[in-house]
Amino acid sequence: MDLIQYNFDVQKDDFDRAGEASSNIKKILRQLGIDAAIIRRIAIATYEAEINIVIHSFGGEIDLEVDPSSIKIIAKDKGPGIPNIDLAMQEGYSTASDKVREMGFGAGMGLPNMKKCSDEFNVKSEVGKGTTITMIMYI
Amino acid sequence: MKISEIKELLCAEILCGEEMIDSEVNYGFGSDLMSDVLAYVKGRTVLLTGLTNTQVIRTAEMADLNAIIFVRGKKPEQDLISLAMENNIVLMLTKDTMYTASGKLYCKGLQGIQIEC
Repeated sequence: MDLIQYNFDVQKDDFDRAGEASSNIKKILRQLGIDAAIIRRIAIATYEAEINIVIHSFGGEIDLEVDPSSIKIIAKDKGPGIPNIDLAMQEGYSTASDKVREMGFGAGMGLPNMKKCSDEFNVKSEVGKGTTITMIMYI
Repeated sequence: MKISEIKELLCAEILCGEEMIDSEVNYGFGSDLMSDVLAYVKGRTVLLTGLTNTQVIRTAEMADLNAIIFVRGKKPEQDLISLAMENNIVLMLTKDTMYTASGKLYCKGLQGIQIEC
């Protein structure tokens, strides 16, 4: 299997379409015959990242890369960036709005859950520029 | 527990997925917090919730949930039902509150997931 790459745009505040990128990624991985338990972990982590882009950022994109040994998800946004990553990684810490909380999110579980679902997890952020989350799951 | 048994116990209306009511679920999970569903649900699970936005279905799709019960008679819009149909998720509607519906299922043997103390 060669390297397979896909890219999905994610719009800010587009709650109706939030989850479409993750849904498409899940379908692609299923077609590739990836193990269901691994797909589930990737789908959950990707969806958490997608929701974060919708609710917290100015918009962004999600890249999927599949090679014979691993699956990589890169969730990248255009800002505003996370001032304190250690604080954002703490379970229960959230800056989400009331509207987001009413939809069932903003519990401060997103980043910790993404890390839990990943074999390798990295978050880089610069205030004013944006945040990039890279997650790798071994096949 | 079979989904058909859940339907009987909660006097529930099936909104979609009637053809799957003979399938089984092993756990129940009650929450309006989709973040908790994404963080804790494992195995064949039915979700009880009072939330009726489409992110409930997206959450169920990602976490491989088999069925959702909307409590306290809150009927979702058709776009949510259509999304559930696309993803083979059974949707049910009960007039019971979250607490009552959960209690009825628990005392008939439907376990919750175990979270380490």
